[in-house]
Amino acid sequence: MRRFKVFKNLVIDSLDTITKGSRKYHIWMAFLTFVMLVGMYCYSMQLQHGLSVTGMSDRVSWGLYISNFTFLVGVAAAAVMLVMPTYVLKDIDFKQSVIMGEGIAVAALIMCLAFVIADMGGPSVLWHMIPGIGVFNFPNSMLTWDVIVLNGYLFLNLSIPFYILFRRYQGKVPNPKVYIPGAILSVLWAVAIHLVTAFLYQGLQARPFWNNALLGPRFLASAFAAGPALIILVLAVIRSFTSFKIEDKTLNKIAMIVTVAAQINIIMLVSELFKEFYAPTHHSESAYYLFFGLDGKTALLPWIWTAITMNVIATAILTIGKLRKNLKVLYFCCALLFVAIWIEKGFGLIVPGFIPGPYGKIIEYLPTKIEVGVTLGIWAMGAFVFTVLAKTAIGIELGKLRYKKKTS
Amino acid sequence: MSEKKKWYSLDLGLNRKKSDTACGCGKTEGGCGSHKPEMTDDAFLEAAVNASIGEEVRKDGFEQVFDVKMDRRSAFKKLTASLLIGAGAVSTSCSVISGDDTKEKAQIDWEEQFKGNYKLMNDEEKKATVDRLMRSYELRTGKNISMTHENAEEDVLFGYAFNISKCQGYMDCVNACIEENNQDRNSQMQYIRIHEMKDGKGFNFNEADDNYYHEVPAEGHFYMGTQCFHCDNPPCVEVCPVQATWREDDGLVVIDYDWCVGCRYCMAACPYDGRRFNWSKPEVPENEINKNQHYLGNRMRKKGVMEKCTFCVQRSRKGQNPACVEACPTGARIFGNLLDPNSTIRWVLENKKVFRLKEDLGTEPKFWYFMD
Repeated sequence: MRRFKVFKNLVIDSLDTITKGSRKYHIWMAFLTFVMLVGMYCYSMQLQHGLSVTGMSDRVSWGLYISNFTFLVGVAAAAVMLVMPTYVLKDIDFKQSVIMGEGIAVAALIMCLAFVIADMGGPSVLWHMIPGIGVFNFPNSMLTWDVIVLNGYLFLNLSIPFYILFRRYQGKVPNPKVYIPGAILSVLWAVAIHLVTAFLYQGLQARPFWNNALLGPRFLASAFAAGPALIILVLAVIRSFTSFKIEDKTLNKIAMIVTVAAQINIIMLVSELFKEFYAPTHHSESAYYLFFGLDGKTALLPWIWTAITMNVIATAILTIGKLRKNLKVLYFCCALLFVAIWIEKGFGLIVPGFIPGPYGKIIEYLPTKIEVGVTLGIWAMGAFVFTVLAKTAIGIELGKLRYKKKTS
Repeated sequence: MSEKKKWYSLDLGLNRKKSDTACGCGKTEGGCGSHKPEMTDDAFLEAAVNASIGEEVRKDGFEQVFDVKMDRRSAFKKLTASLLIGAGAVSTSCSVISGDDTKEKAQIDWEEQFKGNYKLMNDEEKKATVDRLMRSYELRTGKNISMTHENAEEDVLFGYAFNISKCQGYMDCVNACIEENNQDRNSQMQYIRIHEMKDGKGFNFNEADDNYYHEVPAEGHFYMGTQCFHCDNPPCVEVCPVQATWREDDGLVVIDYDWCVGCRYCMAACPYDGRRFNWSKPEVPENEINKNQHYLGNRMRKKGVMEKCTFCVQRSRKGQNPACVEACPTGARIFGNLLDPNSTIRWVLENKKVFRLKEDLGTEPKFWYFMD
């Protein structure tokens, strides 16, 4: 009974915290709310007219939604890069930032689920997929595996930080025996979510561009570059706007992770390019389309070359230790890397998988305004969720939020 | 079947019928009385299914879950069922102004929204949903349709052959298919694509045109049609997260339009461009609707679900040829029962040099090409 009372107090206190803040905070939240409303309007159009309002067609049947979903699974998986050293290897440096990493994972997973639902033709019959009342095609369909791992990971990333913060809120020390097993499990689980998502594509013999053993490992490498890069940027923002203390040492350690992952990602990219272009076969056509265009159709060229340029520049700069230690340069590189990998996962991976089609037909894909609106709305929702979670967590971590310590 | 293989291969039943055909009467049905009952593959499959999923296979919707022999569960089921009926009754009977028709319509819509997967229904439940759909159509438009739910017949495995030498690209098959199967007219959806290829270039799909608007046959070209190949090892069926698509016993790969959630994973998995999606609400002018329908075939679809060629299940299970076969003016299309040794399709497979597309993928299509 007491726990419920404490929980009720926590909810009230956190509602109190998240509705109060500086002028900048209010503008930020208002802006996110506005973008979310625009997104909801666009989604209502989509519900009314069907997916025909998007740029997708029978030839390119997955587009911006599934691209973003794939990318965000990687971002969510990357939280593990902070969890492992903190909880498992007991590296104290990360303790401050790990809660933020988990917050990002939660926000990213909520966005993933939203993107999948946005992509569904029949959201009203989604209960068909709920194990128990519906028919869950497990283990045959990789999509059902994905449903399991994503929801499991969401649960882990909600429960571990919740336990820790709940204890801190009451002024108690969290018991490592409770959260360490969960943390170890979540480390393994993070690898699983991204690998399973890669298998979703990798297992399709119909699409030679995806049906490639390197896809899974490359997903992991690029995720462990893009995810921590986002965490660095978020920590930088938190550092400058709140009194939450994050040491340079922490940022440098995360930067190290980003660097190594980005380097591995480049090595794998080279291996992929070599295979596609040294002895090109019929199966290399998608890669040709992506990098050089086919039959005068060149819609993806600017995207992929921008991404590769940004990727190489960022990785090269990060590799030089002296430059990496300069925080301004580090932030710049992280932003570059984040955008580059977003393009790579979206326009560079999902779309060319469908082009050319099974019989060589080349129909290009361009998202419509409504599709972009829904996408931005979902991103705004993710940012909103993260801001709410982070503000509460920072309040508790700083000791401002405590049970029965209502001074004001 | 018992023989272990490294890859999947199409079972035409040729081996399993050997002992049967050895009988002097020449019949496979067992009419002469000298056929001994034995454990056929089908019976074995059924036994295996019973062993693994047991009762679930016969049950429908909520019952697949709640109707388990367990006291607490069955009590829970009764509770839920009464709750559902109660809610349905409240939603319909509370309105004073609505007439009986509106109430009936609401009742039908409610039951349709929460019905189970057709694949797992028994014949009674199949009939119930088909009746509901027919009644619903009558209530909405005042016109009657006839919808059936014939199951696959025994000793039938449908196959298709396409004569490349004969096809002239008239596209009569495409038009007949659209009319027969009530495909959306707005998006110009078509299950069949005819690829116009250049002579001397071989089967070069990359340079082929599947959307031509000129007089045919065009000089220096030949034609090749593609559609759903009804693979015996269909990748689309494997990937569906809700088993809304499956292979029927007579080899047809079908979709339950009401169970599909519209994730389009099957579309990505199909190597043959065999599947279509309803990107918006499909529309067919009332006077053009084909009213002879089958639940798994040409009944009206809704927005946001997959559909595909079913070898015209509404025709083929009545012993007729699919619309495309009947419409073809050149006789390039041949359809029949692969298990019937006297069928034309068997003659083609045995006497012509046949081939299939993308055989290396191991999908075992039941769609063969050949030349004169």
